[in-house]
Amino acid sequence: MTTSTPPVTAAPTKAGVQTRATKLRKRLSNPWASLAAVVIAILWTIPTVGLLITSFRPEVDITRNGWWNVLKFWERPTLTLANYDQALFGGQTSLANYFVNTLVVTLPSVVIPISLALLAAYAFAWIDFKGRDILFVAVFALQIVPIQVTLIPLLTQYNQWGLSGTFWPVWLSHSMFALPLAIFLLHNFMKDIPPSLVEAARVDGAGHVKIFFRVLMPLLVPAIASFAIFQFLWVWNDLLVSLTFAGGRPNVAPLTVRIAEMVGTRGSDWFLLSAGAFISMIVPVIVFLSLQRYFVRGMMAGSVKG
Amino acid sequence: MRIKNARGAIALTAGASLALVLSACAPPMDEEPGGTDTGTDTGTTEPTGDVAEGCEDYAVYGDLSGKTVTVYTSIVEVEQVDQEESYDKFEECTGAKIEYEGSREFEAQLLVRVESGSAPDIAYLPQPGLLNTIVNDFPDAIVPASAGTEANVDQFFSPSWKEYGTVNDTFYAAPLGANMKSFVWYNPSIFTEKGYAVPTTWDEMLALTDQIAADYPDSKPWCAGIESGDATGWPATDWIEDVVLRASGPEVYDQWVAHEIPFNDPAIKSAFDVADDILRDEARVNGGFGNVATIAITPWTDGGLPILPAGDDDPQCFLHRAANFYQNNWPEGTNVAEDGDVFAFYLPSIDGESSPVLGGGEFVAAFRDAPEVAAFQEFLSSDTWANEKARVTEGGGWVTANNGLDLNNLATDFDKLAAGVLGDPNSVIRFDASDLMPAAVGAGSFWREMTAWFAEGKDTQAVLDAIEASWP
Repeated sequence: MTTSTPPVTAAPTKAGVQTRATKLRKRLSNPWASLAAVVIAILWTIPTVGLLITSFRPEVDITRNGWWNVLKFWERPTLTLANYDQALFGGQTSLANYFVNTLVVTLPSVVIPISLALLAAYAFAWIDFKGRDILFVAVFALQIVPIQVTLIPLLTQYNQWGLSGTFWPVWLSHSMFALPLAIFLLHNFMKDIPPSLVEAARVDGAGHVKIFFRVLMPLLVPAIASFAIFQFLWVWNDLLVSLTFAGGRPNVAPLTVRIAEMVGTRGSDWFLLSAGAFISMIVPVIVFLSLQRYFVRGMMAGSVKG
Repeated sequence: MRIKNARGAIALTAGASLALVLSACAPPMDEEPGGTDTGTDTGTTEPTGDVAEGCEDYAVYGDLSGKTVTVYTSIVEVEQVDQEESYDKFEECTGAKIEYEGSREFEAQLLVRVESGSAPDIAYLPQPGLLNTIVNDFPDAIVPASAGTEANVDQFFSPSWKEYGTVNDTFYAAPLGANMKSFVWYNPSIFTEKGYAVPTTWDEMLALTDQIAADYPDSKPWCAGIESGDATGWPATDWIEDVVLRASGPEVYDQWVAHEIPFNDPAIKSAFDVADDILRDEARVNGGFGNVATIAITPWTDGGLPILPAGDDDPQCFLHRAANFYQNNWPEGTNVAEDGDVFAFYLPSIDGESSPVLGGGEFVAAFRDAPEVAAFQEFLSSDTWANEKARVTEGGGWVTANNGLDLNNLATDFDKLAAGVLGDPNSVIRFDASDLMPAAVGAGSFWREMTAWFAEGKDTQAVLDAIEASWP
């Protein structure tokens, strides 16, 4: 019953998509287009490669000349792991400690907003209640509140609740800042699911809980994954929120805060930043590369519908 | 197939992150930084060097067991390590616990914390201007210095230092460490080789400059760099301040800082001209980097590096005016000594008689009215702490204006030189003017206009008029 409807409506568009895809493929396989793509890719990658090479150069070389001097192999450039060694083990507290802090900050900050947003999005999409549209617009409009204006009022509130010095301020703040966009994206994606599916399930006697978990959840995996990556990258790379709410205490400070301190009191150790940047980049790169398929698909699906 | 791949990918990521969690968890949350675990037998009198024998010097602070004092500062690692180590003895003898937190975003974050009611117990303010802001904007948050602190400051610091920690006739913050900015870095071996003498007057310095220019036509005598991210321009303000102090004298300097004379006063203009003579003369700058305009784009951390010759070549540059903390920028292994790779001489005065000194430093402000906080503030202003700090700073690079400090405790000759100048009763010490001026000027137009002075070759009078116009 549920599977019979979609193929009927999808068949013509699918064919259309296919012809468009072949056309596009033909156009993109043009050698000039390929060349342009390769050139852009190389240009785009050069700064990152430069940073990577810099991270392996000795301090004296870094301050003396640019990373491209490594290419003068006849001058026998020296490469070293000293920067990584100092970045990882040079501080009083091992970088592993901050790595754990970042994970402890990031995972709940991804899980909490997604769980809440899924519930909210379901209600906005499938439960008809009074003032739904106004409430939805209000939630959506919250996206335009810059987080900077909320920092001091929130911090004051956390202090009154006695939460400072724990992970709670960071978790709560990240969740708050993520919720409007999460609700908006997941709502749009849920709206996109044919109503007949939900109606059919309802006729079969499913309640909200069953519809949510059995009918919608399997279809929502790409959207959830894409938002999870998005939120993961944002929280992992965040400095402002953790700096304000967690501060620099070794028991709660994440990696980004530590890396920002790495350059020393007067910025004289800036050469360590290249190594620090690559250490903090590893996890997001793994996450992004392995889930990028969802990232593109989910973002497109959620955002193009009004 | 596709779905299988995607699931595989998720499993892979999950596995990878799990592995990271596990490996990161493997070393147990190791011991507290600072090594407080050695203090199990508090009160025993083990000889720990020739500075403090046991805990006699700490008896005045009483028993503070179970109390915690939080410290927030802009001093981060590497300097943080020595800083924390200098409190070990205090913690051991009094039983108090010092929780140290350093941040490079200190100046912005401190105001956020004070405003949101989570101020630290103690903060080290790097500028008197910041103290002024806090006292005026949050009079309830900050606590005046304890009586013991004030007594210490009266005893160990010159009155001008006390004044920098005073706002509206109330004394709030005691000086901690100090910077000595009136230094010119040079290469001692070249000086010996060529028979150059360290100049003792401004004219001798200019003569030396011309001598170097004649001896090394491929290099330039001076080098400078003022790029420093969003604070670009500050090293140039130090240059100008040093010259104002020399060309126009400390009285004019004080009036200039307090805006009793306008920024574009002829006295200031003449000081700019003295600096102009060196810094915007293509024959004299910018050794190792290029023309005058490169001063604006050279990072201040790199500004003096051409003094060190690469291999057997002649150095690209010979003289670089920078503060004592510039010694941290020399690459590892550089011997900072009078007979080493680099050393510094005191930037001479113009009249050759007075000895004006441009200085800077941190100030210890308290934000909680409690005995342990007052005791710690008092401790930091004492000679006990100054000597302890000097003793634990084995690598050098730290001085104070505390005249209870025994210079022999300092690690390096260079620190002894800097501390000697700071502690010399004949020195006329003035605090960094840009740190005292309103932020719109001292951390705004002064920086910007100095950058334009170099980068665009902007006319001096136009620069002065623009800064004057921006004074709030």
